[in-house]
Amino acid sequence: MADPIKQFKIEPIIPLEFGNFDLSFTNSSLWMAIAVVVSTVFMTIAIQRKEMVPGRVQVFSEMLYEFVAGLIRENVGTAGRKFFPFVFTLFIVVLLGNVLGLIPFSFTYTSHIIVTFALAALVFFAVIIFGIARHGIRFLSLFAPAGIPLWLMPLIIPIELLSFLIRPITLSVRLFANMMAGHLMLKVFASFSVAMIGAGVAGMFGAMLPMLFNVILIAFELLIALLQAYVFAVLTCIYLKDTVELHH
Amino acid sequence: MEMETAKLFAAAIALLPLFGVAIGLGMIFSSYNEAVGRNPGASAILDKKFFITFALTEALAIFALLVCLMILFMF
Repeated sequence: MADPIKQFKIEPIIPLEFGNFDLSFTNSSLWMAIAVVVSTVFMTIAIQRKEMVPGRVQVFSEMLYEFVAGLIRENVGTAGRKFFPFVFTLFIVVLLGNVLGLIPFSFTYTSHIIVTFALAALVFFAVIIFGIARHGIRFLSLFAPAGIPLWLMPLIIPIELLSFLIRPITLSVRLFANMMAGHLMLKVFASFSVAMIGAGVAGMFGAMLPMLFNVILIAFELLIALLQAYVFAVLTCIYLKDTVELHH
Repeated sequence: MEMETAKLFAAAIALLPLFGVAIGLGMIFSSYNEAVGRNPGASAILDKKFFITFALTEALAIFALLVCLMILFMF
């Protein structure tokens, strides 16, 4: 059976090393660059001609905008409007990473923990920096919810602190593990087909079963790809809410 | 026990959280369907909450699978 892990291998396309630093342009960077180009070109074309009766492309870009704007309005409130570019960028990066990865022979950059952890750490530090800038030392009251009796505080504060510190880990592992597991599953079922074809004429017909299952799985993976981008954006909004208001 | 055997056992044990995830997903689906059945008008609000809770719960199963794969392929 072919190795299903092989698809996650990072291969340098343009080797580039400075001393101990490996700054090669890899297949991961290539697909990130493609995501940037796709999103930039699409958005530029979409808002080129602003019409009263929008065409297909304009409607789609407006739907994306409305979607993220609604997300922020519901989860952060109107005070969260200044976070719109941040959340929109994160959403598009994760969405394109997930969806472009479903194209055969492409590379899913969100299936690497370091990429998703970098994104999640960005959210984590953004929450801390904006929170302290807005509330100062009172930001620490996040860890001591109001209405809790004093004798319970030694228990509550470590729990709240831990659940705050674990956020970047769960946020990144959720996305990375979903992407990795999904792509592994696709390749494992594809390798069943390959193994069956090798078994002879009867196997040729048998090979259609895992193939059919793979068709269903691709649809499921598309759902997961969209859903995980959505969840990433929603959780970012929920975390950013702490910087806007402290009402525990 | 040999190393290979121990690895296979450990990988199987790492998948035990699927019990809990299966129960959790079943509860999510049943309460979602019940809520939409009782009040179809609210499905627009319920859909969003359903998808978020579904993704969060489903992620736990994927974590277990990840641990299982790490035991199988990394050690």
